[in-house]
Amino acid sequence: MTFALAIEQLLNGVQLGVMLFLMAAGLTLIFGVMGLINLAHGSLYMVGAFACASVAAWTGSFWLGVIASLAAAAAAGAIIEITVIRRLYDRDHLDQVLATFALILIFSEGTRWLFGSFPLYLDIPAALQGAMELPGGAQYPVYRLAIIVTGALVALGLYLLISKTRLGMRIRAGESDREMIAALGVDIRTLYTLVFALGAALAGLAGAMVGALQSVQVGMGEPVLILAFVVIIIGGIGSIKGALIGALLVGVVDTMGRFLLPQVFALVVPPAQAGLIGGSLASMLIYILMAIILAVKPRGLFPAQA
Amino acid sequence: MKRETIINLVLAALLLAVPFIAQAMGQTFTITLATRIAILALAATGLNIALGLGGLVSFGHAAFFGVGGYVAGILSAHAFSGEPMVLGFEGTRQMLIVWLVAITAAGLLGLLIGVISLRTSGVYFIMITLAFAQMVYYFAISWPAYGGEDGLSIAVRNQFPGVNSMRPLNFFLICYGVLIVGLVLSALIKASRFGAALQAVRQNEVRVASIGISPMPIRLTAFVISAMLTAVAGALFADLNRFVSPSMLSWHMSGELIVLIILGGTGRLMGPVAGAALYVILEYLLGGLTERWQFFLGLILLGTVLFARGGVIGLLAGKVRHG
Amino acid sequence: MADPILSIRDLHKSFGALKATDGVSIDLYPGEIHALIGPNGAGKSTLIHQICGTLRQNSGKISLVGRDISHLPVAERARLGLGRTFQISSLAGEFSALRNVMLAVQAGQGSSFRFFKPVMQDASLRDEAMAKLERVGLGGRADVPASELSHGEKRQLEIAIALALNVKAFLLDEPMAGMGPEGSKVLTGFLHSLRQEAPILLVEHDMDAVFALADRISVLVYGRVIASGTVAEIRNDPAVRQAYLGDHA
Repeated sequence: MTFALAIEQLLNGVQLGVMLFLMAAGLTLIFGVMGLINLAHGSLYMVGAFACASVAAWTGSFWLGVIASLAAAAAAGAIIEITVIRRLYDRDHLDQVLATFALILIFSEGTRWLFGSFPLYLDIPAALQGAMELPGGAQYPVYRLAIIVTGALVALGLYLLISKTRLGMRIRAGESDREMIAALGVDIRTLYTLVFALGAALAGLAGAMVGALQSVQVGMGEPVLILAFVVIIIGGIGSIKGALIGALLVGVVDTMGRFLLPQVFALVVPPAQAGLIGGSLASMLIYILMAIILAVKPRGLFPAQA
Repeated sequence: MKRETIINLVLAALLLAVPFIAQAMGQTFTITLATRIAILALAATGLNIALGLGGLVSFGHAAFFGVGGYVAGILSAHAFSGEPMVLGFEGTRQMLIVWLVAITAAGLLGLLIGVISLRTSGVYFIMITLAFAQMVYYFAISWPAYGGEDGLSIAVRNQFPGVNSMRPLNFFLICYGVLIVGLVLSALIKASRFGAALQAVRQNEVRVASIGISPMPIRLTAFVISAMLTAVAGALFADLNRFVSPSMLSWHMSGELIVLIILGGTGRLMGPVAGAALYVILEYLLGGLTERWQFFLGLILLGTVLFARGGVIGLLAGKVRHG
Repeated sequence: MADPILSIRDLHKSFGALKATDGVSIDLYPGEIHALIGPNGAGKSTLIHQICGTLRQNSGKISLVGRDISHLPVAERARLGLGRTFQISSLAGEFSALRNVMLAVQAGQGSSFRFFKPVMQDASLRDEAMAKLERVGLGGRADVPASELSHGEKRQLEIAIALALNVKAFLLDEPMAGMGPEGSKVLTGFLHSLRQEAPILLVEHDMDAVFALADRISVLVYGRVIASGTVAEIRNDPAVRQAYLGDHA
C-alpha cells in the first residue's frame, strides 16, 4: 500500500461524503422544518441527473446542464410539494412513507417512459478534465476535486443562509414553532414550498455532478437515498451540521473500509479469502458504524432540539 | 355476524376456490397467482403484527422475508450437492425443517435488529430498520458462496410430508394452510393479554409504563414474532419461484409489504389478504397492458393514502371498531 | 408516627440555570391525603415527573415503602406500587373504558406475556375491572371508547385504573381538573374513602377540594417547599398568604 494510493482513496471518501451531504442536507432540512420524511428525495436526484445529461447532450454545454438540473429538480420539488407533500405534513410518518414511496414508483416509471431504459452518459466538461498532482506524488482527477469544492461552497452557503438571512431566520423559527411563525404573518405555505424546492435543488445538483462519473439511469437515486438516511441518522435528524459531519464520516469510512479491510484480512488469512471476507465486511461497515453510534447516542451525534 | 367477518370469510373462501376452478379449467398460471397472493398475504400478516398492532413502522421486513428465502435456498442447495454445512449438517429438502430454521434465523436477526432499532421511535425507527435491511442486502450481494448478485436456484421444490409439492394445486394448498395458521395466530395474539398491551403501547407508551408494563419487552417480542412469520412466507416464496435472489431483501420489497397492508386496510385481520390480492391482480392486469404498470400502482397507492385510508376492507366494511 | 410510605428527600433538578426542584422533601404517611399546591410554574409537574420516573433528578432520593426507587424506570416504579393518574391523556383511547381497566388489572397481575387466551373471555380480568368501574361510578359507560368519554368521566376512569393496580401510594395529578361543581363534590367524597386503600399525594388547583380533603399541605413556590403543615397552619401562614394565596390584607 502506498501513501499516494491512500491519499487518493481518502479523497474519494471525502468526495462521496460531499455528495451524500448534498442529499442529506435537503432531507434533514425538510424533516427539521416540516417534520416530513421524504423517500422521493432520490427521485429528485435522478431528475437532476437526467436534466443535466439531456440538456448537456442537446446544447453541448455541461454548465447549461447543471443549471437545468437545478431548475428541473427545484421545479419538480415545488410541484410535488404543492400537489402531494403539502397534504402530508399533518399525517403520521407511515402515510408520509407510503405516499413518497408511491412518488418513487411514479417518478421512476415516468422517467423510463420519457427516456427509455437505456442509461444516458454525461461527459466531464473540458475545463475539469485531466488530473492534478497532489503533494506526495499522487494524481487526482480535477473533476472530483471540483465536486469537493462545490460541496464545501454549498455547506458554507447553507450556513450563511440559515444563520444570516431573513429566509434562514424563518426556517429556524419554523423549526421551533410553526404556530408562532404563522402568527407573525409569514406565509408558511410559501416558506415550506421554498424549503422543499431548495432541498430538491441540492439533490438535483448532486445527481448532475455524479452523472458525469457514473451512468445516468432510473433507480440511481435509491442507493444514495439510503446512504443519506444513514448519514442523517448518524448526524441527528434535523441538524445540518450533523448532516455534514455524518456525510463525511460515512463517505470516508465506506471508501476506506473497502480499500483497507481486504488488506487487513490479508495479514491473517490467504489473499483470496481476505478479499472475500474484507469485501463483505466493508459493504456492511457503515451500517455497523450506525448501529454502534445509535447504541451510544440513540438520537444521533447532534440531536436537534425537539 | 359482523359485516367485516362476512367479508373476511368470503375473501378466504374465494382465495381457496379460485385455484380449484383454475385446475378444472387447466389454467395453471392462475394457481400460481393465487399462491403468490397467499404467500405475500402471509408476509404482510407477519409485518402487520409489528405495524398494525404495535405501530412499529418497520421499513426493513424484506430482511426477514429474504432470510426465509435464503434459508430455503441454502438448505436445499446443500441437500442437493451433499456438501456439508457448518457442524456437518447436510442441508435438507423438508419444508417443515426449512421453516423451523427460517423461523429461528429470522427470530435471531429480528432480536438483534429490534434491540437496537427499538431504542428509537418515529422516523428514526423507519430509517434504521431500512438501513439494517440494506446491510443484509449488501451482504447477500457481496458474499459469493450462495450466488451473490445472481441469486440461487432451487433445483427441485422442497418436500412436504405426504404431498407432492411439485403439483401447483398441492403447493397452493400448503401455502394457503400456512396463511390460515398465520391469520389465526395473529387474531389470537390481537385478542390476548399480550395483544392488549401491545396495542396500548402503540396508543400511549408513557401511560402504559405508568401502570407497570414495560414497553420495550412488549415491542421487542412483537417485532420478533413478526419477523418469524414473515420469514416463513419468504421460505415459501423461494419454493414457489424455485429461486432466491437479493431482490427478496431489497428495500422495494419492504415497501411493497407495507403497501399490501395499506391497500387492504390497516388494523384489519384480513387487510393483508385483500391487499395482496389487489396487488397481484393489478400487477397481472396492468402488467398485461403496459410494461409501466408500476406507474399506475404509484397513482393508486397515492390515491389510497391521500383519500381512502381504510383500504379495500375499509371501503367494504366501514370504520374500524375496537372492543 | 409510622414510617412514611412515600418519602422524598432533598430532591434537586435544574434545567440550565433554572432550579425547577430545589431541595424538596416530602413524606406521605399511611392513611393520609397530602396535598401539594403552588402557583403555576412552581415546579409541581417537574416534581411529579421525577417521582414517577419520566424525569431523572440531579440529586436526592425517592423511596417507596423503604425501598429506594430514585433510579428505577417508570414501569418498575409502577410495579412496586406507585399509582399515578394523568391530567389529560388516556391509557388507550381506542379501547373501551372496560378494556382500559382490564389492562390495568392485567398489569397488576404482572402477566402481559400470554398470547392465546382472548382477554374478553377472561373472567378474572373482566369481573375485577367491572367492579372497579362500578366503584368509581362508570359502570354504565363500560363499553364506551375511552377517547369518547367526557372530561369528568376520563378522570373517573383514571382512578378506576389506579384502583386496579396494587397501589401502595396514589399520585393524583389534578383529578378535579375539568370537573363541574357537582362532579367535584362526588369525587371529593370518593377520594375520602380512597385513602383507606393507600395514602394520596394530591396535586390540585381546586382549593375548596384541597382544604376539604387534605390532612397536610405542602406549598411549592419556585421549586422550594416554603411551608408544610395542617390545613389550619397553611391557611394562617403569612409567607403562604403572601406568596401564593395572593392575600395582601
